[in-house]
Amino acid sequence: MPYGEWKDNEYIEKLVQELRDSGTNVVVGSLDKLINWGRSNSVWPLTFATSCCGIEFVSLGAARFDMARFGWEVARSSPRQADFMMVAGTIVHRMVPVFRRLYDQLAEPKYVIACGSCAISGGPFRKSYHVAKGIEDIVPVDVFVPGCPPRPEAMIYGIMQLSRKMKVERFFGGVNRQEKLKDFLAAHPVEGVED
Amino acid sequence: MANITERIKTLCPSATVEGYNIPVVTVDDDHWHALAKALHDDPELAYTYLVTIVGMDWTDSLGAIYYMMNTDADRILGVKVLAKGTREQPLITSAADIWKVATLYEREVYDFYGIIFLNNPDMRRLFLNIDWVGYPLRKDYDANPDINPVSIESERQSDFTKVYSRSADGTVNCTEERIFQPEDFVVNIGPQHPATHGVLRFRTCVDGETVKKIDVYMGYIHRGIEKLCETLTYPQTLHFMDRMDYFSAHNYHHALCMLYEKAAGIEISRRAQVIRVMMDELSRIASHCLFIGTYCMDLGATTMLFYTLRVREQILDIMEKTCGARMTFNYDCIGGVMADLDENFVADVKALLETIPANIKEYNTLFTGNVIAKNRLTDVGVLSREDAIAYGVTGPSGRASGWACDMRKLQPYSIYPELDFEEIVATEGDSMARFQCRVREIEESAKILWQLVDNIPEGEYCVKVPKVLKLPAGSWFQVTEGCRGAFGLYLESDGTTKPYRLKIAPPCLPQAGVVDHITRGFKIADLITIGGSLDYIVPDMDR
Amino acid sequence: MQALFLDTTGVHTLLTETLNLQPWLAVTIECLLVGVGLLLVYSVLALIYIYYERKICAAFQCRLGPNRVGPWGLLQSIADMFKMLIKEIIHLQHIDRFLFALAPYLVIIASMLAFAVLPWGDGLQIIDFNIGIFFLIAVSSIGVLGILLAGWSSNNKFTLIGSLRSGAQMVSYELSIGLTVLTMVCLAGSMSVSDICAEQSDLWFIFKGHVPALIAFVIYMIAGTAETNRGPFDLPEAESELTAGYHTEYSGIHFGFFYLAEYLNLFVVSGVASLLFLGGWQPLHFPGWDTFNGIMDYCPGTVWFLAKCFALSFVIIWFKWTYPRLRIDQLLSLEWKYLLPINLFNLVLMVIVIVYGLHF
Repeated sequence: MPYGEWKDNEYIEKLVQELRDSGTNVVVGSLDKLINWGRSNSVWPLTFATSCCGIEFVSLGAARFDMARFGWEVARSSPRQADFMMVAGTIVHRMVPVFRRLYDQLAEPKYVIACGSCAISGGPFRKSYHVAKGIEDIVPVDVFVPGCPPRPEAMIYGIMQLSRKMKVERFFGGVNRQEKLKDFLAAHPVEGVED
Repeated sequence: MANITERIKTLCPSATVEGYNIPVVTVDDDHWHALAKALHDDPELAYTYLVTIVGMDWTDSLGAIYYMMNTDADRILGVKVLAKGTREQPLITSAADIWKVATLYEREVYDFYGIIFLNNPDMRRLFLNIDWVGYPLRKDYDANPDINPVSIESERQSDFTKVYSRSADGTVNCTEERIFQPEDFVVNIGPQHPATHGVLRFRTCVDGETVKKIDVYMGYIHRGIEKLCETLTYPQTLHFMDRMDYFSAHNYHHALCMLYEKAAGIEISRRAQVIRVMMDELSRIASHCLFIGTYCMDLGATTMLFYTLRVREQILDIMEKTCGARMTFNYDCIGGVMADLDENFVADVKALLETIPANIKEYNTLFTGNVIAKNRLTDVGVLSREDAIAYGVTGPSGRASGWACDMRKLQPYSIYPELDFEEIVATEGDSMARFQCRVREIEESAKILWQLVDNIPEGEYCVKVPKVLKLPAGSWFQVTEGCRGAFGLYLESDGTTKPYRLKIAPPCLPQAGVVDHITRGFKIADLITIGGSLDYIVPDMDR
Repeated sequence: MQALFLDTTGVHTLLTETLNLQPWLAVTIECLLVGVGLLLVYSVLALIYIYYERKICAAFQCRLGPNRVGPWGLLQSIADMFKMLIKEIIHLQHIDRFLFALAPYLVIIASMLAFAVLPWGDGLQIIDFNIGIFFLIAVSSIGVLGILLAGWSSNNKFTLIGSLRSGAQMVSYELSIGLTVLTMVCLAGSMSVSDICAEQSDLWFIFKGHVPALIAFVIYMIAGTAETNRGPFDLPEAESELTAGYHTEYSGIHFGFFYLAEYLNLFVVSGVASLLFLGGWQPLHFPGWDTFNGIMDYCPGTVWFLAKCFALSFVIIWFKWTYPRLRIDQLLSLEWKYLLPINLFNLVLMVIVIVYGLHF
């Protein structure tokens, strides 16, 4: 896909700029490129769905939208083997600990896509006594896909953005996401668990 | 109707009967249990199916309304039971020994209103955490997020349940009973598990591969829709119907609109009625198709999912053209439907209906006729007719057990009485029967659509309704048929623009309650078979 | 065919005479070279297989399958491999660390050893000794040990159930595999892989042994599918029941090993099937049809072997994407009540056929 068509995400363009500005060693740089190529082209989702959006995620796998084209069809049921978590559906109080544990069980590098308005902000259930108002307070989110539920095309676009984000990351040197994650975990500790 | 009122009067002289569309008998707790027993056992009354229990908070008192139905005729009766005791500890005698499903419904009422049911064998919270403070559906519930904060710590779990009983001198005792014995090997299945169709959790006690007992935990997608509805105006409450059982979006919308129209006395045009019924039946086909697909996927035949989704996508296209959305349509509104049909609607529906027989044939060749599928499904999870009624399992699952419980026939609504369709009833009651009932229902829905597709009358699609809708004070109850069974709605209005109480009785809740009963003695793999064949939708049961 | 023949004597001469190395050193270096070659072929083949299955599965499901990464999506599994290599390996608490780490290696070593026995062409085979086929059966059963260890050491109830299922399944179906192999060994009169191939130079065993060979072939395909833990016999990792079965707790490259071994076992099973029934690397020959045989010989043996493997794998993949999964008791009763008696009967039948010379 031509790069020019994808220059529509300011956030990622900023990352690209930072990466270009800082400059890097040829060997490490090309290794980085290779690793990022592998990562960004092999994005395996965790089968995680709580409500309506999950059904659209099923449609995403079906013949019409066929996420297998991009190599995303290897949906793993075990969080240890998945790369990202598509939070499809409302997260309620009772689900929060489970959800957080699932996130903790994902193996690094791990990503989260908040899919649908419920996951982003609580959506139509925001005023409810038993609904978490967005998952951003629980786990760090990489991509938000709005919609109620988002159309499968929107989900494809969301995962593509995630894939783009992976492409401009650094495996060697630089501020990597793991350090950012440490900050996040320090701000949102789980009692009894040492990160 | 009159003789039933009289019979109830003779059974319980202190009872009063009133009602809007459904008679409601009011009794106090002392006479309730004897009356319930009589209503259930008396062969003339025979209210053997408990539709739902509506917990109520009238601010000065608490209580519950038991809605029950006769399985052979089309009689519904409500019994309003006023709770005894203080607001801190309101008490009602349990009817769990009469209707088995009452165990689950009473837990729900306890969870929402804090009403303690005496002699209920399992008096735990159903949807909320064990440590949840307050009873959310009470009118004086404090919704301050600091009291019940979002916590990422694992919830506390107890292996004990409470049983309250009244001793001879009138004091209430609470005893704790074990759910699982210390030596049991308990496997936790869910809430995040590919086979639970959402976030349902089974704590399964197994002996080798054999299931000994299952304890179902719900509430992992409990979104408090009933409470939210109390804060919204009538038209605003409609969109929640799309998000409960997202496959029956049209059916649920239709039901709630009908209830509001009934209460407000709005007569809708025939065109709107036909459109609504057509959308219902299209949803039913899409829903059953997805059921076939996901069920086969649970059993390991992944490819079937893609063949069934083909039909579903075709239906979603039809709906998208008219409603503008793929899943949450919000199409039916009070007074009719939101927008007129798309110009290609008739042609699209015909094209769809023509493909259905070939598709069903393909499904049967691929899966139903397969020897492995036959072995996996036949005689697995047999639910007898009596148990189906006692546990309140309706819809295709109940009909597979030989209980003709199609509300389109029993409680005719909209234009269903004019339509010619067959109620699919099987007698085996096993997973295979449940599966085949759904496959055959697709054919029946197609039959209904064939009758309507060329006969959509001209006219307005939506009648004029007041911008601000106020319903007269009163209470209404109605049961309709969703894709998964009887969908009950209870509305209590205090004359304002917002419902005082809107109780949603989803078909999936009792289906989750019956899992333990029909899975015992089968293998772990059969748990998937049985759970899948019941076809529950977790956001529907949790609301 | 000779072009593809890997002449190892050349290497040997180079090492011992030109470089003047000690014989033991030369042998060690040769072994290392062979090992590295084996590893390379093994992993490349696994990647090809992953792509192959994903494409076939997509075709069955009316989809396109991977087509974005590289031309026709060819690089998809390579991208997956890179990802897997740098994925975090999660260290768990409260587990038997040694066994937990050992299990994936056992699984992959078992499949690699079995892989080493397969004949790729005339003499193109890593180990060839007089009990080759026996060795193959022996080493392939090490795999079950790895699976049992993986399930046990993860300290997780799902993995435990998965591995116990796997144990029961593998032990049962190995019986069928053993008996079908025995049936064919009777016909071949040798346990050496090269001899079995040579025996089929005029006619493949599936034609030579007609009825009993055909029965043995069908049973072998069923049992072989079960041995590879693939659908409809994928109970040990039944996704909808046990999340990911015995390898639920494995991440990163350890999971990658299980993943690779799963696909390579598929190749090994198809390879053994083609060796025992379809002549291994032997081209399709019929006695008396000299012209036809001559035309067939133009295609090198390695291509024949690979083509047979891929065709048989296609059948096994076809099973997986068509049938629903069996239940554990049905799985075991299929083996013990049906396959085993048929197999024993078939062995007797084969012996009768051989004794009376009823084969072609």
